[in-house]
Amino acid sequence: MLQNLLSPDFFNAILRATTPILFAALASSVASKSGITNMALEGIMLFSALFGVIFSAMSGNWAVGLLLTMAAGGIIGLLLAFFVLNLKTDEILAAIAINLMATGGTVLLMLAVSGDRGSSTSIASQSVPRLVIPLVDRIPFLGQILSGQNGMTYLALLAVAVMHLFLYKTPLGLKIRAVGENKNAAESVGISARKIQYIALILSGVLASMGGFFLSGGYMNMFTKDMSAGKGYIALAASAMGGDTPVGACLVSLLFGAAQALANMMQLTDIPHELIQMVPYLTTLVGLGIYSYAGLKRRQKLAGK
Amino acid sequence: MNSAKRFDMFRMLFSVLIALLISFVIIFFVSEEPVTAITTLITGPFKSKRNMGNVIESMVPLIFTGTGVCIMFSANQINLATEGGFHLGGLVAAAVALKLGLPAGLSPAAAICLAALAGAAFCTIPAIMKIKTGSPELVSSLMINYLSLWLCTFILMYTLQDPSVGSASYKLPAESELPVIVKGTNIHVGLLLALLVAVLGYVFLYKTRTGYELRLTGENESFARYSGINIVKVVLISQMVGGIIAGMGGGVELLSPIYSRFSWTALLGYGWDAIIICTLAKKNPLYTPLAALFLAYLRTGASIMARYTDVTLEIVQITQGIIILLVVAEQFLSGMKHRMIAKEAKASLKEGEVA
Amino acid sequence: METCGQSGPERVEVACLENKTVLQMNHIMKIYSNGVVANEDVSIELKKGEIHALLGENGAGKSTLMKVLFGIESPDEGQILLDGKETQIRSPQDAISKGIGMVHQHFMLVPSLTVAENIILGVEPRKGLYFIDMEKAVQEAEEIAKKYNFDIDVRAKVEEIPVGIKQKVEILKALYRGADILILDEPTAVLTPQETDELFIQLEKLRDSGHTIIFISHKLDEIKRICDRATIMRSGRSMGTYEVKDISTEEMSRLMVGREVILTFDKKPATPAAVVMKVRNLSVRNGQGVLKVDDLSFDLRGGEILGIAGVEGNGQSELIDSLTGLNKSYRGNIYIKETDIEKSSIKEIRELKLAHIPEDRMTSGCAGNLNILENLFSNQYTDAAYSGKMLLKMKKIQERSGELIQEYLIKCKSYKQNVGMLSGGNIQKVIVAREFSTGPDIIIANQPTRGVDVGAAEFIRRRLLEFRDAGCAVLLVSADLNEVFSLSDRLAVMYKGKFSGMFTNVEAVTEEELGQYMLGLKHQEKQEGMIYE
Repeated sequence: MLQNLLSPDFFNAILRATTPILFAALASSVASKSGITNMALEGIMLFSALFGVIFSAMSGNWAVGLLLTMAAGGIIGLLLAFFVLNLKTDEILAAIAINLMATGGTVLLMLAVSGDRGSSTSIASQSVPRLVIPLVDRIPFLGQILSGQNGMTYLALLAVAVMHLFLYKTPLGLKIRAVGENKNAAESVGISARKIQYIALILSGVLASMGGFFLSGGYMNMFTKDMSAGKGYIALAASAMGGDTPVGACLVSLLFGAAQALANMMQLTDIPHELIQMVPYLTTLVGLGIYSYAGLKRRQKLAGK
Repeated sequence: MNSAKRFDMFRMLFSVLIALLISFVIIFFVSEEPVTAITTLITGPFKSKRNMGNVIESMVPLIFTGTGVCIMFSANQINLATEGGFHLGGLVAAAVALKLGLPAGLSPAAAICLAALAGAAFCTIPAIMKIKTGSPELVSSLMINYLSLWLCTFILMYTLQDPSVGSASYKLPAESELPVIVKGTNIHVGLLLALLVAVLGYVFLYKTRTGYELRLTGENESFARYSGINIVKVVLISQMVGGIIAGMGGGVELLSPIYSRFSWTALLGYGWDAIIICTLAKKNPLYTPLAALFLAYLRTGASIMARYTDVTLEIVQITQGIIILLVVAEQFLSGMKHRMIAKEAKASLKEGEVA
Repeated sequence: METCGQSGPERVEVACLENKTVLQMNHIMKIYSNGVVANEDVSIELKKGEIHALLGENGAGKSTLMKVLFGIESPDEGQILLDGKETQIRSPQDAISKGIGMVHQHFMLVPSLTVAENIILGVEPRKGLYFIDMEKAVQEAEEIAKKYNFDIDVRAKVEEIPVGIKQKVEILKALYRGADILILDEPTAVLTPQETDELFIQLEKLRDSGHTIIFISHKLDEIKRICDRATIMRSGRSMGTYEVKDISTEEMSRLMVGREVILTFDKKPATPAAVVMKVRNLSVRNGQGVLKVDDLSFDLRGGEILGIAGVEGNGQSELIDSLTGLNKSYRGNIYIKETDIEKSSIKEIRELKLAHIPEDRMTSGCAGNLNILENLFSNQYTDAAYSGKMLLKMKKIQERSGELIQEYLIKCKSYKQNVGMLSGGNIQKVIVAREFSTGPDIIIANQPTRGVDVGAAEFIRRRLLEFRDAGCAVLLVSADLNEVFSLSDRLAVMYKGKFSGMFTNVEAVTEEELGQYMLGLKHQEKQEGMIYE
């Protein structure tokens, strides 16, 4: 067991398991920075997992499928933004509504497209290929971890850097942070907070959809009912624990990815599979507890007690 | 009723109507026989006594979880663990029925009580985490729902499983089954319990000291704290009471004539349904039966539709989603509302000038 | 251009400029969605290079009118003319692009960003296509500060600079965006007299360089000092525009409130009794770890009103939060009638017969979505008179609500009306009714009349005096100097968490002197009348 834990395969698996959570966590962080909790990540991922299968099968090309899925994710983000920002729907309830629609809608759509209720095995979808990085793959140990990952995994890591630069070095990033921290201040200088939050939520939808796309076109090669399985919620916790910054979200996502990878590996042992299934959720729960507790203590200390 | 309240009623009905219309449009897209499908959806529930019975019967779990969520949301505790609490309640009731071998009458009573206790303990986890560590109950409750699912499945597979049927428990003994109250249907005693819970939930929230504390905290926590209300107590009690009702609901549902074994290996979604019930009932438990009736009607219609046509049951989740989106949308039709209020204000200004 | 009017010869040119109308708002009507008519046929006309006062009590509709002008609210009726042409202002962005800038009463700054970042926010200079040019941002911010003679470190984070500077940043923000018309919403409310002087010098410079300034205020002396013309508003209507030099303060106040403001009460001399609250060496840090109350000790006796004056943010809120049990993280001791309240819950403190009128009525004083009845009993619903062990005695509560509504002159349809639908003054009366109806021995009143109409304010002040005469101890914190002057039997000035002054003979203190203590220019070495033992 321990030997397995130290093998490059395990670290390889961590990155793989981290990928969907990381995309969603980045999605959550950009939304949070603009002042909105995007709990609809779960539904957007689920929708996108199915869209990915459909679009890539239709186009016969994974890249086209990905782009179309991202567009669809952006549209769901837009829809969420419309309800939350224009119609003043409570953001949590709006997200719950979208997640409900995703649960039902994906089954409905899959049935309409493939005639199957449980999974999309009958659809010939395309998956994102694994990439072998020249030179890097020759490095012992590290090369086995870093090279040969699914293309989406590299995209996720790249997204961390891009999102960091975007939020901290660009005018739009500055505006997003300003709106999230003091909406009135941003509005007083003519920034339309609504517009900025629209942009943040659309971007959030796009990022989440990439995570969803990976689920059915990389992590697995088909769509199965309810396959997001709470990853969107885990990502919400990851982003919050990472202080809603891209880098922080990335680190916590790696932790949760490790929990998932560990669970996957434990499937090979005698431990009942039902208990193993609990590992990622339990890790998130415990992590959230510890993180919150540390924050609580820090605030109490500042207050002088 | 003042004009604002009247308007809210109108808006709610209008939202429901729009949601149904959108769903019908979707049916037109996905179905080969849309007209039949829609007709079946609408008229199906009235077609037979059995079907009408189905509507009434499926209200039961919705009233339970809806009332539970009303109480937690009234205190502004966004705990979504009703889902897991309900599930756990079902498992505990099944375990009690199978393992304790109690006589009729006592068996369901004990099963439901223990289910309620389990639900309470379960839904209190996010509350305790919030109090002790400051974790948001929203995220922790989402996580423990999955824990509940897998824990229940584990217990099912390792202690209650009937090897001859796969992933289901042994058949529940006849002593544990809740008696039917309307012959020819599955309407059972649980309905009366559910209605009682809705009324008690109302009395609790609106007539008792603790309920007042809950609502005050829910509306404005700083105000409640300033007034001397113990917020920790409110956080704990609201989620515990919500959990009691959720667990009870799970127990009642499992012991109803509909189930002969515990076979829940996926979350059933009653926790999410509860949110739409709570939304339609405006957080008042007294209205949950009405909201549950509507949803149950829709559900039953949809399942009949799914049986006889090519449209699946899941269409209802889309309808539900749209209803939530529109009913909670403060600004939906706000232009109309504003004009109405402005008109009244102008009218009263004029009155003032005359006087 | 029209004739130059009656200005003196040396101001002829400026006066000519003044006659050019830059902005007109005609017959503006605004009704909020809760049915409150905030503006009812209001018209105002601005000339180039003037400081134009918009005068009125809190709730007269000044802020609403300006929100309409700045595109935050859209009017239900009326038109806006800019340079003679009718225009629609749909958003603040729209307003800014039309040369209108606004400095809000509550600062609109992003605390974690620097001064420069706040100034350039929304109009960032770029490096390449995608990135912000921070070097240039700092440089431009420094330039504009220099141009208008503002002495500011633009690299400092906004959360670390004092209030007076924050306000300058706000003005710079507007100027950086090319504002010709500058709206200042009660700019002196949070400033010391000295900071106010400095602000006025800046404003005069801006006027002389051709800017038009709308100065929203209800302080008559300030308007006399700095404004050219004044438009006076009362309960949503305009009472006309006047040349400030032609109208007396008495006349202005008559137009503003419909009668002369009387702030002298027929106060009986205080008859202080035993000490009911003892504060010893109290130190409090806020959430960021900043020391806000610094080793404070004082006594409060029954039958007296102890006033605390001071610029906001000098520890008053933290002091009150600690005295009322809202904040438990303090050092030192607080005794209420011999009980050390360190371990007492808020409920237990309230059971010592302490009443508390909170600083911000909407954040902690009431629940807007609950009805009047539900708001009237939050501090006494557990009394045997109103509830059994479990159930509330609704009949009793309803009866008592009716009585309180009558006794405290709360204007409403019935106790079933939601508190959020009432006017500010009536909401405050609900709070006061609730707090006073328990028959308190100690009243802690934090800004008890802020933002309420004159009638309600006077009612509340008289009540405070009645309680004092009946032997109740009153601790009054107020930013309204008139209020603390006219009510207090002893007056303390709070500066940086300490009492910089304590006056037992309130009548002998001048406003000028008080200002110096408020600013920390003066500090009593030896204070008398702090402790009575």
